[in-house]
Amino acid sequence: MARRVFRGGVHPPEHKDATAGSAIQWAPVPSQLVVPMSQHLGAPCQPLVEKGDRVERGQVIGSVDAMVSAPVHSPVSGTVTAVAKTLTPGGTSSVAVVIEPDETQDRESFVTVPEAEDRDRVRAAGIVGMGGATFPSVVKLTPPKGMAVDTVIVNGCECEPFLTCDHRVMLEQPERVVAGAAHIKRIVGAARVVIAVESNKPDAAEALRQAAGDTAEVVVLPTRYPQGAEKQLIYALLSKEVPHGKLPAATGALVHNVATAVAIADALEHGKPLTERVVTVTGAVARPGNYRVLIGTSVADLIEHAGGLVGDVERVIAGGPMTGQALGSLDVPVTKGTSGIVALAAGVAAPAVSDDQPCIRCGRCPEGCPMGLEPYAIANHAYRRQWDAAAERHATDCIECGVCSYVCPTGRPLVQLIRLAKAAAMSKGGN
Amino acid sequence: MAGLTGRRVVGPSPHIKEGTTCTSIMLWVVAALAPSALWAVVTMGWVAAQLLIVCIVVSLATEYGANLLARRPQTLTDGSALVTGLLLAMSLPPRTPWWVAAAAAIIAIGLAKQLFGGLGHNLFNPALVGRAFVAVSWAGVLAAAPNRGWFQTLPDVTAEGLDTISGATRLAVAAADRAASGAYGFDLAAEYQPLLWKNLEGSLGEISAALLIAGGLLLIVKGIIDWRIPAGYIGTMAIVSLLFGADPVFHVLAGGVMLGAFYMATDYVSSPMSKSGRLAYGIGCGLFNAVGRFVGAMPESTTFAILFMNGLAPLIDRMSRPRTFGWVKRDA
Ligand code: SF4
Ligand code: SF4
Repeated sequence: MARRVFRGGVHPPEHKDATAGSAIQWAPVPSQLVVPMSQHLGAPCQPLVEKGDRVERGQVIGSVDAMVSAPVHSPVSGTVTAVAKTLTPGGTSSVAVVIEPDETQDRESFVTVPEAEDRDRVRAAGIVGMGGATFPSVVKLTPPKGMAVDTVIVNGCECEPFLTCDHRVMLEQPERVVAGAAHIKRIVGAARVVIAVESNKPDAAEALRQAAGDTAEVVVLPTRYPQGAEKQLIYALLSKEVPHGKLPAATGALVHNVATAVAIADALEHGKPLTERVVTVTGAVARPGNYRVLIGTSVADLIEHAGGLVGDVERVIAGGPMTGQALGSLDVPVTKGTSGIVALAAGVAAPAVSDDQPCIRCGRCPEGCPMGLEPYAIANHAYRRQWDAAAERHATDCIECGVCSYVCPTGRPLVQLIRLAKAAAMSKGGN
Repeated sequence: MAGLTGRRVVGPSPHIKEGTTCTSIMLWVVAALAPSALWAVVTMGWVAAQLLIVCIVVSLATEYGANLLARRPQTLTDGSALVTGLLLAMSLPPRTPWWVAAAAAIIAIGLAKQLFGGLGHNLFNPALVGRAFVAVSWAGVLAAAPNRGWFQTLPDVTAEGLDTISGATRLAVAAADRAASGAYGFDLAAEYQPLLWKNLEGSLGEISAALLIAGGLLLIVKGIIDWRIPAGYIGTMAIVSLLFGADPVFHVLAGGVMLGAFYMATDYVSSPMSKSGRLAYGIGCGLFNAVGRFVGAMPESTTFAILFMNGLAPLIDRMSRPRTFGWVKRDA
């Protein structure tokens, strides 16, 4: 298989040592769960329960009849105490079902997802991309007509600094990753499976190799951010570029995150809905680690379980530090897409940006951009509200990886400005 | 809430940042040039120190004053005015009268940089504009400087005159000899050592090519400058020298080539941004520098070659835009 190195990228300090060795442990059942109806890209769910209702673990508590959506299930048995608005880690507001869990919880039993055709079962299990994109998995498993998937790529790169949840899943449950990959391969009728791991996780690659035998190829890629970005990953493995404006499936590749693959295997083999996930809690906390967390557990509870924040914490991030969201409040629930909670101490966190810093034309952002853009130029246009000019510089091809802002020596808010340019271009209906 | 400070920031991603800042870049340039500047003071004495002080102080003061006038935030801490002052001093001969040096610094910062809008907006390298200004306005003053007692303070200077950034005396002699007889009147290879370590005939930046090269390599290793510019520049200079039947080693060591190639042409603001563009730009600098030296016998060929390429940098940028990933070709 032809291997390529994707263009640009950076290698930030990894900060993974703190948690790479910590086995996944259950986080405790909190006194209250706030389960948002919108944890995915696409149409938000309608709550199906009311205040006072009893719910069982695995019971559907929210759904909506839309192609791009994912139902929501109760992570515990308990009582609905409210249906109310909540803030999500993404900073948006969503209706949520608030559940008070029963005193005793049986973590082994749950209401199973009814037997059905594979895709329908994946849909009914509420599975979304767990690497952070939260795109409903069933949609990806249903490529448009005329697009044949040839290669299933299971993404175990975990190129974001600090995060080790995928690493632990690959190390501790390699056979589940392989099983999930096999299901995906069967569903889409692909010819082969490739599992991609960055070179900083040789133990995970070895575990996967053992588990996979000759059912899947395990490929170790250089440790370089954003190796795990879909287009960069496909290019690195298949030497194919996803054409502008096309789906990745246009290259014959289908990429799923390792945790998503496990969730798919659990749904198809055990009828298990997605109600928990592994979250790396790290940075300036007393007991960094990888925790198996019930969806709806508040970030504050989770941080407390990890021993609390330590020292002068400047930002708390949901997700990784390159693309995650800085939390304004810790009273937000962990959702299906929350891969990490990273507390950044002063000095580790990026200094505040200011948008009147000059571009000194150092060339770092165009060199680092994995999409071959000229971030400084798009940002300059966006700063002057020249939206058409920004679009001509292919603003909409930006994958918002953050490399440009990360490297800019004058600290210009490049991604932010480019996001504005993208939004302006999208609202005009262009792509 | 437990352990939260009032300083918590809800900024946009990314939430971590590479440590390189504008100031750290500028300080690396200063660090790379420091040995050359100190060596200049050691070998030439107070005149060199005086030139350095005048250029740097006036550059900083002009930056400060221009920001005041334009009601812009002060920018002294970004380090760019310091670098301009230092580079300007390195490009001038030690006996440059203080008021000429001061005028050059005012032109460099006030005209070439601040009038264009400050750091990042200037088309031309400010230090070189200052240097060119002196060359054009006070060529006589510079040329006359040695006759006013310069030699007494420097007993080991052997040749006759302080020349400009690209017109070191040995260079002028070599050119004259070549023109007259088609051959050199002295052994060029014997000049390598003095040019590398202790050549007191030109600007501060011509004293030791070795120290300048060492600093330049440091900047390349540290990722501050792109090797393509000095490599293209010096490589082209050497090749063209060969084509003209001249000694390539002598010609890259003599004159202001090392200062120009490693420190002037690599100025971010006035050079192209893409890798291929930088290589082309470096080659262009070397080509024009060599042509100026061999064809025109122009004394300021280094200064004007780089300034000329500064002017072409936007065009080079436009012609060397990267191809967007996923696009078959750039629709420019
Ligand atoms: S422009 Fe977009 S794709 Fe390029 S580095 Fe910046 S965020 Fe990443
Ligand atoms: S990284 Fe910053 S200073 Fe450098 S070219 Fe890009 S925008 Fe300009």
